[in-house]
Amino acid sequence: MGFNSKKNQIMKNKNRPLSPHLQIYKPQITSILSISHRFTGVILYLSTFLVSLWLFCTAFNSNLKIILNNFLFSHLGQVVLFFISLSFTYHLLNGLRHIIWDFGYGFNIKNVYLTGFVIIFLTLTINIYIWFF
Amino acid sequence: MVQFHLPKNSKIDKGKTHNKPVGKRFNIYRFNPEKKENPKMDTFYLDDSKSGQMVLDALIAIKDDIDPSLTFRKSCREGICGSCSMNINGVNTLACTKSLKDISGDINIYPLPHMPVIKDLVPDLKNAYKQYNSITPWLKSNSKPRNNSERIQSQKDRSKLDGLIECIMCFCCSTSCPSYWWNGQKKKNDYLGPATLLSAYRWVMDSRDDSTSDRLKQLNNSMSLFRCHTIMNCTNSCPKGLNPAKAIAEIKKKVAFNKN
Repeated sequence: MGFNSKKNQIMKNKNRPLSPHLQIYKPQITSILSISHRFTGVILYLSTFLVSLWLFCTAFNSNLKIILNNFLFSHLGQVVLFFISLSFTYHLLNGLRHIIWDFGYGFNIKNVYLTGFVIIFLTLTINIYIWFF
Repeated sequence: MVQFHLPKNSKIDKGKTHNKPVGKRFNIYRFNPEKKENPKMDTFYLDDSKSGQMVLDALIAIKDDIDPSLTFRKSCREGICGSCSMNINGVNTLACTKSLKDISGDINIYPLPHMPVIKDLVPDLKNAYKQYNSITPWLKSNSKPRNNSERIQSQKDRSKLDGLIECIMCFCCSTSCPSYWWNGQKKKNDYLGPATLLSAYRWVMDSRDDSTSDRLKQLNNSMSLFRCHTIMNCTNSCPKGLNPAKAIAEIKKKVAFNKN
């Protein structure tokens, strides 16, 4: 059977491995901030259930509100709230960055790194301010 | 669904060390289609004072002196043909323009990420070329050129193509893009990837081209263009210093304001 025969080609194609991707690609500020945006978005989506539950309790069921407040003021609850506020600030700031990109500005790789570090710095500063002062 | 793990036949095994540990260590991805084995990482040592100064020179030296079966694409050895694009220490670039001096420690070389591998460092680019073809990368005009000569363009219009026509189609950008990894090889209607979209923008911007509106219409769906999430890995890896992410953002704007 010739090398170029149809069957041979198909068999060769099937056998072709996929080159490694996530496993080997260097994590960079570009990709890390991007996946963090997606990740914090998921956290915010989940946290809307908590917020609406709290609002519901506030309006209709004061007993449940006491239980919920007890949880939120416990150590675990505070950690949960900390991550929600962290996600919120990060998602908001990176969202602004995306809007600026959508208008066609800030695509120079230097600016991408600069704005990236600025939002990391702002996210941390704002959250330290909220939680410790 | 996105598949983060490598398929069974693509898991990388430990390979062999080919020579004595003298000089720099090169870990290179090997795959032989004639054997029923998984890909593996082979180790070579090379005294870089004996080879040239670029990664490609080292690969050629390894092929010449240590293992003639090492397979990779190369041609111009000066960053204009785009053949020797590969993943060097985690970032896609051209082996011929990546200096050995810029790398401290081991040098890990893989083929372009998330592509079917034909042999060693040679990926199958068939799908990428098919996508490039799909944007009709040629001039489409309704008029005939005057006096049967070239089509004239003002200097201002010509300057709009700067930063677009320099693309050498090495696909470093497309294969660095996680969105292209997950959405670029769908059976029908896939994400075209930064390299192809940069070219699409080049034809959208050409003042001599009359099919701008059709070109934009073709891209206006959920996959072809809008699977770009502005991750920016493309611009970060382009060995020619071009900005595919910016080009894609400009197309998105044009698609949004295209009235036809």
